[in-house]
Amino acid sequence: MDRAYKVYSIQNGTVIDHIPTPLALKVIRILGLGNEGIMTIGIGFRSKKYPAGKDIVKVENHVLSHDETNMIALIAPDATINIIKDGRVFEKRQISLPSEVRGILACPNPNCATNKLGAEKHFFLEDRKSVTYRCKYCERATVIEADLLSSN
Amino acid sequence: MVSFRNKSVISIRDMSLDDLKKIVDTTRFVKESNPPDFMRDKTVATLFFEPSTRTRLSFESAVLKSGGSVFGIANPGSSSQSKGESFADSIRTVAGYCDVIVIRHPVEGAARMASELSDTPVINAGDGANQHPTQTFLDLFTIKESLGTLDGLKIGIVGDLKYGRTVHSLTHALTLFGAELTFISPPALAMPEHMLNELDDRKIHYMNMEDMKDAGKRNLDILYVTRIQKERFGDTQEYEKVAGSYRITGETIEILGKDIRIMHPLPRVDEIAEEIDKLPNALYFTQAHNGIPTRQALLGLVTGGLD
Repeated sequence: MDRAYKVYSIQNGTVIDHIPTPLALKVIRILGLGNEGIMTIGIGFRSKKYPAGKDIVKVENHVLSHDETNMIALIAPDATINIIKDGRVFEKRQISLPSEVRGILACPNPNCATNKLGAEKHFFLEDRKSVTYRCKYCERATVIEADLLSSN
Repeated sequence: MVSFRNKSVISIRDMSLDDLKKIVDTTRFVKESNPPDFMRDKTVATLFFEPSTRTRLSFESAVLKSGGSVFGIANPGSSSQSKGESFADSIRTVAGYCDVIVIRHPVEGAARMASELSDTPVINAGDGANQHPTQTFLDLFTIKESLGTLDGLKIGIVGDLKYGRTVHSLTHALTLFGAELTFISPPALAMPEHMLNELDDRKIHYMNMEDMKDAGKRNLDILYVTRIQKERFGDTQEYEKVAGSYRITGETIEILGKDIRIMHPLPRVDEIAEEIDKLPNALYFTQAHNGIPTRQALLGLVTGGLD
């Protein structure tokens, strides 16, 4: 049986499911996770939705905030979030694109103050449908691609 | 924004319709009434991290005509940045020396960054290919002065619509006034898709065309001309052919109608024939001169002298 529960079930924490393979590690990086204790990562599970497979990330004993889980929508808009308490699904959370993104999105304009003068990376949502964000500094609109995202 | 007192002026994107009207109305007040010394006791720093003699002199003249004092750097070689001081430190230091910072910088977003580092208001005098808001303010004032209104005008913009920051800022501002826009350019220099999407979102009527002759049917009030730069073309012959087909001559006036007003942010090379200069259609020298009252008005609003 190729079922998702090949990955450990957790008692408390956050489960991020339906991440298209191979973006699990990218999700962990953009959330800046690393010192939150035990994390289980499953890569390449079979999925009806994703012919290339899906990834799962389980973060034990850490409930991600809405602002954090919304960041996942930047690269995996159809990911599902379950908050687990005492072994049960406490909250099924919808994610939506964040209205602003700080720190993790690099401006592709090489002549932008974020790249040349050390201004903080800061984008505002411009168009939800095309996942376009506008840089606060150089004001260029950018369609988000996973490559533009990195950890803080 | 509406009250500009102690506020930075960075981008047309930050401006509401009321903000733009306030600047245009204040400019008219300055030009018509010539109010005395409203910048008395105010000091303005002009920090030009890239050379732009025309814009710098225009700001400095505006300060002096309003009774203020001005100091600054005219080129990057004369700043302590050339000794390795960071941009942030330069701005924080100068902010303590003056009441307003006017900044020009080759990096896009430098003016906004400066405004965040400084409690002293910052006016953007051009940041790379991004914004040059005072050019747009003086363009709007010139149109209002010439036609008596800014509402619902038919405006054609010709030339390099892809890279021209002046064109993008002006287009953005004109949409707030409900203009009907005609974009005339070679396909390779057409208005970028993201700008057209913005116009669609705002339900603005516009038309793209390649041939100036087709603009004759659009009943334009204004034709705004920008330079097609040689470096956009790999082939000099191709450049000359394209640039020549957008040159404004007496024939263009015949096509567009005798009431057409011709504007240009200057400097021009040869995109407008000199025969146009003496015609009543030529607004571009008035436009350039309007840079002074426009910048006086903005400085007066920011420092509170004209609030």
